[in-house]
Amino acid sequence: MTHQNNDPIVQAQSPLSEAWDMFIRNYAAVAGLIILALIIIGAAFGPTLYPTDPFEMVWSPFTPPGVDGFILGTDYLGRDLLSQIIYGARVTLIIGLSAAIVTVVIGVTIGALAGFHRGLIEEILMRITEFFQVLPTLLFSMVIVALFGASLPMITLAIGVVSWTAVARITRAEFLRIRELEYVMASRASGTSNWKLMFFVILPNALPPIIVQSALMVGSAILFEAGLSFLGLTDPNVISWGQIIGSNRQYILESSFTVTIPGLAIFITVLAISLVGDGLNDALNPKLRQR
Amino acid sequence: MTTVLDVKNLTVRFAIRNKSAKFGAKSYLTAVDEIDFHVLKGQTLAIVGESGSGKTTAALAVAQLAAGEVSGEISLDGADLFSLDQKTMRQRLQVIFQDPYSSLNPRRRAKDIVSEPLDSLTTLSATEKDKIIDDLFAAVGLRQEQKNLFPHQFSGGQRQRIGIARALATRPDVIICDEPVSALDVAVQAQILNLLRKLQRELGLTYLFISHDLGVVQHMSDSIIVMYMGKIVEHADRISLFSTPRHPYTQALLSAIPSVDVDPEQNGKRILIPGDPPDPLNLPKGCRFQSRCPFAQDICAQRDPELASITPDQKVACHFPITY
Amino acid sequence: MAPLLKVENLRIELKTRAGIAPVIDDLSFELGQNESLSFVGESGCGKSMTALAIMGLLPDRIGRIASGKIIFDGEDLTTATEARLRQIRGNDISMIFQEPMTSLNPVYTIGEQIAEVLRHHQNLGKIAAHNAAIDLLNAVRIPNPKSRVNDYPFQMSGGQRQRVMIAIALACRPKILIADEPTTALDVTVQAQIFDLLRDLRRQTGTSIIMITHDMGAVAEMAERMIVMYAGRKAEEGPVRQIINNARHPYTRGLISCVPHLMSDPSAERKELTEIPGIVPSLQAFGKAQCLFSERCGLASERCLTERPPEIVFENAHKSSCWHARNPK
Repeated sequence: MTHQNNDPIVQAQSPLSEAWDMFIRNYAAVAGLIILALIIIGAAFGPTLYPTDPFEMVWSPFTPPGVDGFILGTDYLGRDLLSQIIYGARVTLIIGLSAAIVTVVIGVTIGALAGFHRGLIEEILMRITEFFQVLPTLLFSMVIVALFGASLPMITLAIGVVSWTAVARITRAEFLRIRELEYVMASRASGTSNWKLMFFVILPNALPPIIVQSALMVGSAILFEAGLSFLGLTDPNVISWGQIIGSNRQYILESSFTVTIPGLAIFITVLAISLVGDGLNDALNPKLRQR
Repeated sequence: MTTVLDVKNLTVRFAIRNKSAKFGAKSYLTAVDEIDFHVLKGQTLAIVGESGSGKTTAALAVAQLAAGEVSGEISLDGADLFSLDQKTMRQRLQVIFQDPYSSLNPRRRAKDIVSEPLDSLTTLSATEKDKIIDDLFAAVGLRQEQKNLFPHQFSGGQRQRIGIARALATRPDVIICDEPVSALDVAVQAQILNLLRKLQRELGLTYLFISHDLGVVQHMSDSIIVMYMGKIVEHADRISLFSTPRHPYTQALLSAIPSVDVDPEQNGKRILIPGDPPDPLNLPKGCRFQSRCPFAQDICAQRDPELASITPDQKVACHFPITY
Repeated sequence: MAPLLKVENLRIELKTRAGIAPVIDDLSFELGQNESLSFVGESGCGKSMTALAIMGLLPDRIGRIASGKIIFDGEDLTTATEARLRQIRGNDISMIFQEPMTSLNPVYTIGEQIAEVLRHHQNLGKIAAHNAAIDLLNAVRIPNPKSRVNDYPFQMSGGQRQRVMIAIALACRPKILIADEPTTALDVTVQAQIFDLLRDLRRQTGTSIIMITHDMGAVAEMAERMIVMYAGRKAEEGPVRQIINNARHPYTRGLISCVPHLMSDPSAERKELTEIPGIVPSLQAFGKAQCLFSERCGLASERCLTERPPEIVFENAHKSSCWHARNPK
């Protein structure tokens, strides 16, 4: 005879919705998320609401913010800085996001393969990872951009290629840990195939630290892009925040606002992303979730 | 009675990276060393031993889940297990795992966990599967409303019930129970043990039951293998083993169990075996138990004793088996 | 003679997400000189919390002693300063833990770890402490103590590490040794060795032992008196043999009969094990004015659901907190 316990039936709460509850209680993370949402909305709808052409000379150069109706002033060519920031937000965010995606795709694939198949495959993949890890990242990406041209896809790829190693190492570490857990063995005992084990059993459980790392990766990709454009390695036909700083850098002493305003934009965005990343870390890390 | 599972010369070795050895040279740890056993249909064969005895490795090797190099012959209902189609093999041989906290995928709902073997091993339709899952939940004492919950919403005992339902899903002939209650609270152990016995009676299941707890083994099994350092030291039916243990290790194991029935004044009667098991990478010549054995003689350090029948129901691997 | 340790109406509160829960609710007991007392119960019943409270090691900011007294040798530990508690810990009261694999520091030799305690509490010199460490290893029956004293923890087996833990705990000849599930992680033959060792050491040194366990068999072997804990409250207390033969609380009876014990006659028919249905209530239910065991109890009546049962005292200081204690079964 089996007894049934009589505790009230709890609602099925998925690990994901529980993590969301945890995230929502973290004020800093929610603040970051709100700032980030505002930036994204601004980037998406800003050009319609504020249709000034960012490439056109509209007023005398170095008009300070607030003067003559230019909220953020104008740059060294007399172009509207607010309009440049709005257009630049699109490019900056797209580069940040797609570079992070490239990073995750390369990193997760290599990390998962290395962590799941022990032995020779692991050795080879980890040596490759180490090779990329010791490359001087800025220099290597400059070489790529210089060789293949400074187009947006190439810049994105260059950032992705030099920063996937962290994701690969995290993924491999998680795979090594999880593949030894009994539920993976139980899935094998249930006849589950190897690729299903990798991508449907182990990967979902390995995701939390990967998600956190990718969120932070968006921030660092934005910084990286800013660094490249500051050095002039950028597509001249598009505007990004880094590029605004780069092109105005000679006038930093006379008209510092042309550099500090895009700099502030980068700072706020990356900070917001970091806050969200930290919030995700707390929400997805089960060790902090006890009690 | 028919033999369902027949295991001959089962050996499991693990390659060890040896720092002192030359490059490329491997040394091996033999976790299971040429063991033979068979399980009769509808019965329970228990493998007992302490940590490092190889009991779990042997059982997982039968389920083809062991990590090391496996050799030997295993036949299931007369068919060679290694040449059997993987799907058929998995359908007929299932496992209940030790730790109900790590043996369920935390990201899947209870019903999906139970359904996993059906999804991978059968071609049943969704409605057929749902029917089976409903029946399984009822059979292991879980409520239908609990099907959609996630593992962390269950207690340890309930989680083990989910694990049992998963093992039953494909109607296997043999279920390997790898210490199914050792991670549970004492009060919950009884619930699971009673459930396993009930299911065996009702479904005619055959169990290969791994445990370190002789009390549990006495309650659950029909015959018993005692393992020490990868070898079988004694193999007997339940009553013979518990009433007349022949191997000094079995005797010590039995006497080491703290019991509520024993008067503390009688503690002097306990047979204490000194020391720890030998290093598995550096086994002594001869009997593996010699260093801890109260009856060891010169011959024990020279020849490894064979497992030999001492009565029709009892085999022992000892040069000086205990006589009654 | 005054008892060595006297706990009076102890209440420990734990901060949880859902609010404050009394993990120990009005617990009183005494421990005499050279006495062996065992706490039994399932996990989550407050056994370990009691031990941590005596040691002054409740988790910071999460757990606190809300009321009650812990009187050790005439001194109330609940009002003692942290410095005084540090003096007592490891010197007068020491503790061994369940997991011998993680309770030793892997970067120091076992000799250094034993000597450290002696130098700290007893101001022994370097050489004296080293020699004392060898003597202690010998006392806990580690073979070749002179060479093993320089071993690192990873060079020892689980049983040997637990012996080292016992050596550290006994280094300063404590008046009380608290053992929290000391053999749960060990094999039965090694457990038998450790029990034998603890019994001998107690005989030689006169240390009182508080052992926390879930195993009734271990209690029967090791203790003279036992306290059964359930959901933060004392369910039953009394002499071990008397309780095993005649338990007055249904939870105690369940704990004794739900485990398949070795039968003296193996050919006898195997009966179904007694089940204790359900599980220990969650922390939110702790502290309610009712019998917390009632939802798992076959005897539960109207009164059990509305009033907390008082402690009823029987012969030989056998106490039971159950409305049905006078006529059990």
